[in-house]
Amino acid sequence: MELLTNILAAMVVAGTPLLLVALGELICERSGVLNLGQEGMMLMGAVAGFVVALTTGSLAVAVFASVFAGIGMALLFALMAVTLAANQYAAGLALTIFGTGLSAFVGAGFVGESIDGFERVAIPLLSDIPVIGRVLFHQDLLVYFSLVVFAGIWLFLHHSRGGLLLRAVGEDPDAANANGLKVLVVRYLAVAFGGGMAGLAGAYLSLAYTPMWTENMTAGRGWIALALVVFATWRPERVLIGAWLFGAASILHLVLQGLGWRASTELLAMLPYVVTILMLVLLSWNPARTRLNTPLSLGQPYRPGR
Amino acid sequence: MTAALRLKLENIVKEYPGCRANDGIDLTVGAGEIHALLGENGAGKSTLMKVIYGVVQPDEGRMIWNGHPVTVDSPARAREMGIGMVFQHFSLFETLTVAENIALGLPADEARDRRKLDQRIREVSGRYGMALDPRCYVSTLSVGERQRVEIVRCLIQESTLLILDEPTSVLTPQEVTALFATLRQLSSEGCSILFISHKLEEVRSLCHNATVLRQGKVSGDCRPGEVSAADIARLMVGDDTPISTQVSAAQTGDVLLDVRNLGCKSRAPFGTSLTDVNFQLRQGEIVGIAGVAGNGQDELLKALSGEIRADWGEIELDGVRMNALSPGQRRKLGVAIVPEERLGRGAVPGMSLAENALLTASGQDLVGRGMIRFGRVRSFSREVIRRFGVRCIGEDSTAASLSGGNLQKYIIGREALQNPRMLVASHPTWGVDVGSAVAIHEALVALRDEGASILLVSEDLDELFQLCSRIGALCQGRLSPLARTAELSIEQLGEWMAGGFGSAEATHAAA
Amino acid sequence: MLLLERRPVDSSLMRWASPVLALVLTVMTGFVLFLAMGKDPVEGLTFFFITPISDLIGLAELGLKMAPLLLCAAGLTVCYRAKVWNIGAEGHFLMGALGASAVAVQLMDMSGFWVLPVVLVAGILAGMLWAAIAAGLKTHLHCNEILTTIMLNYIALNLLLYAVHGPLKDPYGFGFPQSVMFAESALLPDLIPGTRLHLGLAFGLLAAVSVWVLFARSFIGFQLNVVGQDQRAAAFAGFGARRLTWFAFLVGGATAGLAGASEVTGPIGQLVPQVSPGYGYTAIIVVFLGRMHALGIIAASALLALTFIGGEMLQIAMNMPKAVTGLFQGLLLFYLLTCDAFIHYRVRLRAPVRKPTRVAAPAATQEA
Repeated sequence: MELLTNILAAMVVAGTPLLLVALGELICERSGVLNLGQEGMMLMGAVAGFVVALTTGSLAVAVFASVFAGIGMALLFALMAVTLAANQYAAGLALTIFGTGLSAFVGAGFVGESIDGFERVAIPLLSDIPVIGRVLFHQDLLVYFSLVVFAGIWLFLHHSRGGLLLRAVGEDPDAANANGLKVLVVRYLAVAFGGGMAGLAGAYLSLAYTPMWTENMTAGRGWIALALVVFATWRPERVLIGAWLFGAASILHLVLQGLGWRASTELLAMLPYVVTILMLVLLSWNPARTRLNTPLSLGQPYRPGR
Repeated sequence: MTAALRLKLENIVKEYPGCRANDGIDLTVGAGEIHALLGENGAGKSTLMKVIYGVVQPDEGRMIWNGHPVTVDSPARAREMGIGMVFQHFSLFETLTVAENIALGLPADEARDRRKLDQRIREVSGRYGMALDPRCYVSTLSVGERQRVEIVRCLIQESTLLILDEPTSVLTPQEVTALFATLRQLSSEGCSILFISHKLEEVRSLCHNATVLRQGKVSGDCRPGEVSAADIARLMVGDDTPISTQVSAAQTGDVLLDVRNLGCKSRAPFGTSLTDVNFQLRQGEIVGIAGVAGNGQDELLKALSGEIRADWGEIELDGVRMNALSPGQRRKLGVAIVPEERLGRGAVPGMSLAENALLTASGQDLVGRGMIRFGRVRSFSREVIRRFGVRCIGEDSTAASLSGGNLQKYIIGREALQNPRMLVASHPTWGVDVGSAVAIHEALVALRDEGASILLVSEDLDELFQLCSRIGALCQGRLSPLARTAELSIEQLGEWMAGGFGSAEATHAAA
Repeated sequence: MLLLERRPVDSSLMRWASPVLALVLTVMTGFVLFLAMGKDPVEGLTFFFITPISDLIGLAELGLKMAPLLLCAAGLTVCYRAKVWNIGAEGHFLMGALGASAVAVQLMDMSGFWVLPVVLVAGILAGMLWAAIAAGLKTHLHCNEILTTIMLNYIALNLLLYAVHGPLKDPYGFGFPQSVMFAESALLPDLIPGTRLHLGLAFGLLAAVSVWVLFARSFIGFQLNVVGQDQRAAAFAGFGARRLTWFAFLVGGATAGLAGASEVTGPIGQLVPQVSPGYGYTAIIVVFLGRMHALGIIAASALLALTFIGGEMLQIAMNMPKAVTGLFQGLLLFYLLTCDAFIHYRVRLRAPVRKPTRVAAPAATQEA
């Protein structure tokens, strides 16, 4: 029981950065914009948060810095992909390459430093519940925040006017424009939100998960988040489950080693990526079902009619 | 007599690089008047509409609304003023409900109370004979029902001017009658209607006044009920272009295409599947299939072209089973297809006419050992351009730079020059100027006279009755019996288009 | 206010000016960057762009870095023209290196002119095999190729790491993760004696020329173009999208696999974990910068090869972090995409929209 609780708690922790960035990308994609730049935004968030935490000593300020870094990167992408209607794939890749390079550059002087990261905070009473208490209510602040964001998005999408506007723009920007909706504004907001969440996810990595900075510390999580959003058919509740499942997959090698299984570290490290491919296969093999749930305009540049 | 004037346009000018879409247009619509706006494609109707609805701004001229000069700078502004627009291609969201779609167009505070909105929708739609269920997802509605949603949306926004853009092109004759009853009711209550169409008989039966546009200018105003259709047509096209072709009788030969029990699941998310389609095509005849878009035409065309594989049934060309053949293989057998979408299926917009010839005509010895024979490709295209009167700079012009009519002529010519045994054409004269339409009809008839079988799928009933020796209708993926044109009435065809036929048996084949 | 207005016809001037403009903007940003870091900007830019190629050895090094980029970019051009978004060149490269190394290690004691070709072919096949996985996932299971190829990149890296830590580890290598040095017969001959420049560059140029012929003359190239530009037209014409996707992927895998094989049989001479500084990803930039055109990618691969050695030079001469290479590459792509927008749009000064003079009451009935 103790082992199970520990595993579940670790699963939530490992899944949180993925949950944050995937929820952000979900909103972004619901507006019809596909942002491949998650890795770049996350890394910028991670390095910004870490550097600010190191220099100011304040975790709160650091978190803000991360979010702003993410939003800043996202706005660059929005300029290219939304205003200039460039090829969204290329623009997203550019963001990834640029963000990876810039973060490595900025963080070069800070490799090897360490800070005091986020501590776990127990919620009184709730954290005493067996198993669930430890798993859900005895985590650090950013984990709680991720759950709050999840709930907020769930309510937003189907129970608010804003969510209605978002879904309309994502399905058919031309019709939305004809209905008087401001497509560009909605898309900018959605992309910026995605960027902020990615920055926050990066902050989680460098301020809570492993409080330090190394180049490329996201290890592909941004890409996995993209797959996760597809796998979850753009529904927030499925993103939550998927993120935690993936969290489980990424700590699997620790679990197995704990159970005494001997296997090469490198081969086990492949697990998350193999699992992601399997996730994609499970979802995509029936194209009709995928198409039914995809925001119809996803990935198409929108050029307002004359 | 001081009639109340709802809308007055004075000297509206709108210029785009290369053309004056609206060249000094005057228009007047009174309160409660049903006013038609007529003209061919390219005459400037869409642009004028966009000006009225605030999608674009005019370069010169002014708009006077209920006596006051106004500037409409956005569709939202237009709606505030009371102008409602029903587009030809609806601006509805399929994954949202009727109520959600209507809520999107309303200001936030009005849309907040969902139950009140639902009630209003039921009330308004019922009052005008267009009952709607607010909770329904738009994806489940038929085209006619979707149009109702668009109209109800305008009514809830309390429009006093309703603009309808080609509303009847997607309706069966019976649905048209119902729509006209609704419009007359609205008009009698003081709502003005601007009715944009090119269907002269409908305009004559419904509208009080009409303004005709030609090449960006007003070529005339009239009262459609008091003049003949020919007079109006003259205003639309001028005096020198032939209005219609004289079609000689067909001389049919043996059966060429035999389709039995064809069934095909639709690959599109909200498409219509074909069930139990049976018909035959003979050499030297043109057979027409009528039907409102979305009833399986797309699937039928793709099943015949080879773009999708039929799930049940047999397709035989001259005894050869075609089911498993790819489009390329079918072309080798002499099958030619002219799809509905000119740009973005029939031709690649960014490629030249010569390159587009390679799309279907590569089998005409244009490729050797995997390498393109550029010389032959160019001379083939030049031949098409010459023989079919395609107006362009040359075979290097991009497909996108041609007008709709000229591109369609090129596409038909490309297929015709391959001497096909069978040609399937889908809406070949949709959005095409009259001159090109005539040329296309002549090309089809010429092919027919050479012994080819032609299947013509179209929403234009006039075209079908003019060219075809037998006509049927597709409804919900099922094919009606095919009847000889001479023995078929429009009412009967209308009924078939609405599904009023029994389980499709093999037709009594025309001799 | 400034408005972006769609041009009626794309500007062909901008199509050619855009990469140049992007380069200029990147250099300018670099200037500012050096200033901000307190370093002499002129010195920095010189060290980055000029010094590395100022002598024959330097040019040879340029050619050395160009070879893998050009090979990968040639294959990716075939993919991207058909809108097959293959991001897996890095993985194919690594698998090519791995496959070639595995065979080279097996043939350690052999000699003869046939050894090298066999080793190279092993690399090509390994790359093609890896590409085939993504191709199959796309054509038969409809999986998005961007995500699958990236996942496969990570898996390939881990396989390589596993190999150098395990099965292919040099028993006499003091425990370092590397394979044995390959025999002479398995090494690529030099192109210019006295330098490290090897046959790999010739492969790259050959690949670029082949791509040119493919798209300028062949029917398959035409079909690839159509599939990329207009899927519905391709379906209508009967150009099998599946068949063409496989073709593109296999070509991509083959060229990148060859690039990987050339690296281990050329300058490195063995299998090591850091066999690729990101060639597969940089090749993507080469393709866009080179406008998916054979001549363009040759020039672009030279430029991006320069960013690699320029970055190394800056690291040595001015003590800057190695990441400066990635930074410049990212900037270049960013500016390119922004400048590209001006092919389709132009900037206009427009007066603000007039406000309505009077608002009419909806039910007014006065005469106009």
